Amino acid sequence: MTAVLEVSGLKTHFFTRGGVVKAVDGVDFSVARGEIMGLVGESGSGKSITGFSILGLIDPPGRIVEGAIRFNGEDIAQASQQRLAGLRGNRISMIFQDPMMTLNPVLRIDTQMIEAILAHEKVDRRTAWERSRDALGLVGIPSPEERLRAYPHQLSGGMRQRVAIATAFLNKPDLVIADEPTTALDVTIQAQIIYEAQKLTKHTGTAMVWITHDLAVVAGLADRISVMYAGRIVEQGDTDDVIDHPLHPYTVGLLGSVPSANKRGARLYQIEGMTPNMLALPDGCAFGPRCGMRTAACAAQPDVEDVAERRLRCFNPQGLAEARP
Amino acid sequence: MTVFVIRRLLQALLVVFLMSLIVFFGVNVVGDPVYMLVSPDADQADIAAAIQRLGLDRPIWEQYLLFLKGAAQGDLGDSFIFGEPALQLILQHMPATMELAFTALFLSIAIGIPLGLYAGLYPDNPISKGIMATSILGFSLPTFWVGLMLIMLFAVELGWVPATGRGDLGSFLGIRSSLFTLDGLSHIFLPALNLALLKISLAIRLTRAGVREAMGQDYVKYARAKGLSTRRIIFVHVMKNIMIPVVTVMGLEFGSLIGFSVVTETIFAWPGMGKLLIDAILQLDRPVVVAYLMIMVLFFVLINLIVDILYSILDPRVRLQDQGS
Amino acid sequence: MTDMTSTSTPADMTAKVETPFQSFRSEFFESKIATVALGLLGVIILLAVLAPWITPQNPYDLGQVDVMDGRLAPGSEAFAGYTMWLGSDGAGRDLYSAILYGLRISLTVGVASGVIALLIGMTIGLVAAYAGGRIEAIIMRIVDLQLSFPASLVALMLVAALGKGVDKIILALVVAQWAYYARTVRATALVERNKEYVEAAQCLGLSRARIVFRHILPNCMAPLIVVGTVQTASAISLEATLSFLGVGLPQTEPSLGVLIANGFEYMLSGRYWISIFPGLALLLTVVSINLVGDQLRDVLNPRMKK
Ligand SMILES: Nc1ncnc2c1ncn2[C@@H]1O[C@H](COP(=O)(O)OP(=O)(O)OP(=O)(O)O)[C@@H](O)[C@H]1O
Ligand SMILES: [Mg+2]
Repeated sequence: MTAVLEVSGLKTHFFTRGGVVKAVDGVDFSVARGEIMGLVGESGSGKSITGFSILGLIDPPGRIVEGAIRFNGEDIAQASQQRLAGLRGNRISMIFQDPMMTLNPVLRIDTQMIEAILAHEKVDRRTAWERSRDALGLVGIPSPEERLRAYPHQLSGGMRQRVAIATAFLNKPDLVIADEPTTALDVTIQAQIIYEAQKLTKHTGTAMVWITHDLAVVAGLADRISVMYAGRIVEQGDTDDVIDHPLHPYTVGLLGSVPSANKRGARLYQIEGMTPNMLALPDGCAFGPRCGMRTAACAAQPDVEDVAERRLRCFNPQGLAEARP
Repeated sequence: MTVFVIRRLLQALLVVFLMSLIVFFGVNVVGDPVYMLVSPDADQADIAAAIQRLGLDRPIWEQYLLFLKGAAQGDLGDSFIFGEPALQLILQHMPATMELAFTALFLSIAIGIPLGLYAGLYPDNPISKGIMATSILGFSLPTFWVGLMLIMLFAVELGWVPATGRGDLGSFLGIRSSLFTLDGLSHIFLPALNLALLKISLAIRLTRAGVREAMGQDYVKYARAKGLSTRRIIFVHVMKNIMIPVVTVMGLEFGSLIGFSVVTETIFAWPGMGKLLIDAILQLDRPVVVAYLMIMVLFFVLINLIVDILYSILDPRVRLQDQGS
Repeated sequence: MTDMTSTSTPADMTAKVETPFQSFRSEFFESKIATVALGLLGVIILLAVLAPWITPQNPYDLGQVDVMDGRLAPGSEAFAGYTMWLGSDGAGRDLYSAILYGLRISLTVGVASGVIALLIGMTIGLVAAYAGGRIEAIIMRIVDLQLSFPASLVALMLVAALGKGVDKIILALVVAQWAYYARTVRATALVERNKEYVEAAQCLGLSRARIVFRHILPNCMAPLIVVGTVQTASAISLEATLSFLGVGLPQTEPSLGVLIANGFEYMLSGRYWISIFPGLALLLTVVSINLVGDQLRDVLNPRMKK
């Protein structure tokens, strides 16, 4: 499989008054055609900023300070805005978290879908309209003609997110970045949306980065998982491997806090301490202060190592023996 | 939509009715109606005749009905000075005022919105800071003082345009206005600019605040993620959202433009109803003052009504709410 | 959580604690423009107060005014021997003296109408908040109705009905402006009431008075001060406008607006100073009050949100 997207050593920092926020600080991953990569981490860990960096949507005071983003072989980390605008919505699409906020309240759905086509292709409005209608049908929206004439507030949250997904796939992109697209929806709708997205990626061969803070969501969806903590990816591997045998103490913690049937009644595990202050990260391992397995070695910064078909940033991996096949 | 319009119409009628009560009791109970409605140099016989004619010997509620009847038929008394019906006098002077106010409204939108847009898009730019400083001045400077300065500078010192009066009238599509002749345009420029100054500042502030708010919204980021051109994002996505509040406020301000034109018309000897009012006040021509008051009440109520309806057309959310009810 | 309490170091304890007023002061003076404006305003008020002692002439004592001095250019020497640095007006009054006396009147009218409108508007707003229900709805309808007419027009109509005079113009300005204060109180009331909603539901009778005096009153002080500054500036400007139009103050009580109106007829003939200097005084007064008001808004606003 050839990688559609290859991110290496990506660093995106915000130069704020209070200091430098290293929102993304050395992230590597790649996604192949038709593959879904789950990017997991708690709030503030830098997932969205990673996504926005790929699209070149980082605004001052932030900027990409280092690293490469190879998209179909071309490094777009420092590409011109013109080049990026040509890729955005065309070859790389993004789905946002809150469909209430992302669709423009005063423009009709057809306007917002058609413009996404016309921005990249010279076709007449009629064709663009038909394509929009078909796309809505594809994500399971009944009577799409009618929905096209609606304003966003006339649709439910789930409908709106379907519109956003349909829009993302309009131009048959090579890569879709979905930034917590189901967080704002209730559970049944969530399952439907995940189903539609999965169907579309398999159907079109699009690569996908699915950002979420909920391991349960990606468990049934992603092919591979990257766990992010404080701007770095701390563990990366095949979904089943990571879920069954987490190596990084943080992943262990994340898994422990997922409610499940066989642990009913037991107290849910909580990761100790608070999310780190991004302006004052510790010198060594960022997870160190909250980690039960901390040793003297953790005062230094752990490098990425390949362990048991996993990429890992930890001096004290958990249950290594079981993980080894 | 029709329910909405009918409800607003009823509200407007109620306000006009209430105001007629206030005006009526203001004139007939607080003040001396004979003194207010009869020329000061009338003799005893005239006064007796007037009391008879105005029905001042009848009970107060009957007098009010008479007043209402007269007002409904457009009879608000005769001017002491001109001997003509006061209402007719005001209507004769109205076109000049309307022309001035419309030109001022046009100038404030045509100048204020682009400047506000610029200041909102580039808030840290020195030009933007200059624009904002000027708009603070525009808010603080008394209109009549700016008018004097405009006359001093453009008419007296530079001699570019005439200082006072209305120019030749031209005719276009059956409308007679000084906007259709060069002489007329040169006469209207200074007073219209003077009248517009405050509203230009207002339009700048409103637009800038709106742009700054909208630019931070998710729907703008989403529009960028779709690869839309900056021009389309600003002029379609941002402007369409901003135009709603700006149009509302500017429309509401049209009434205050008419109110303020009293000052501008006096300074520039513009023969509109504002100048007529000041002359009437100075010459104790009360019927004209009362007629002006009633016309203004009607006018403001009408403006509020129109803006409400326009608002509901522009903002789909308001429209829908009403369909539901 | 235990972590957090233990992190407060002795350094924090010994650090000088700023009183709210001190932090307000230091925040206010952060803006150079506002500082200059406040200084200027102080000077203007001082000049107005001290006018009788620092002017060469009482411009309204006819015994001191000489018609022979009429329309002298700035810097000319008056018949009485002193220099008229700002020239003289049509009646031969020294403009410098006339302006300081005019400032007294303008400021008196502006501040008096501002304070009275504030007290009345605030009382009405609080009564509405206290009464609630139908009474509040009716009061707020009246406020909205009045605010839909421009204050300048309301004031113009009132002086047209009342006639000229300091008391009458103050009355007109109060009537034209009270609604702004009432609306401000109302806005605070809405916020505070929402916060206290649950508590209020438990004991309706008692908590009303409590909400009004413990929450709404203290919390609307900051916005009222801001609105008051801006409204005072606009009252001064409005009075000048009405006086300029000839429907405000009479010639016997010449505010800055009257002085500017008097000079208007000479303006086109090139005797600019008769209008310009009083106009500049008006301008500096209004602009400096507005700048101070702007800064007050910036400084007081975040505190309101807390
Ligand atoms: N404009 C900005 N200025 C300064 N810091 C920023 C800015 N935008 C983001 N950050 C910081 O970057 C870090 C990562 O933010 P990001 O939005 O990527 O988090 P996330 O993992 O997507 O969290 P969430 O699950 O809440 O969406 C956060 O600590 C945030 O404070
Ligand atoms: Mg995020």
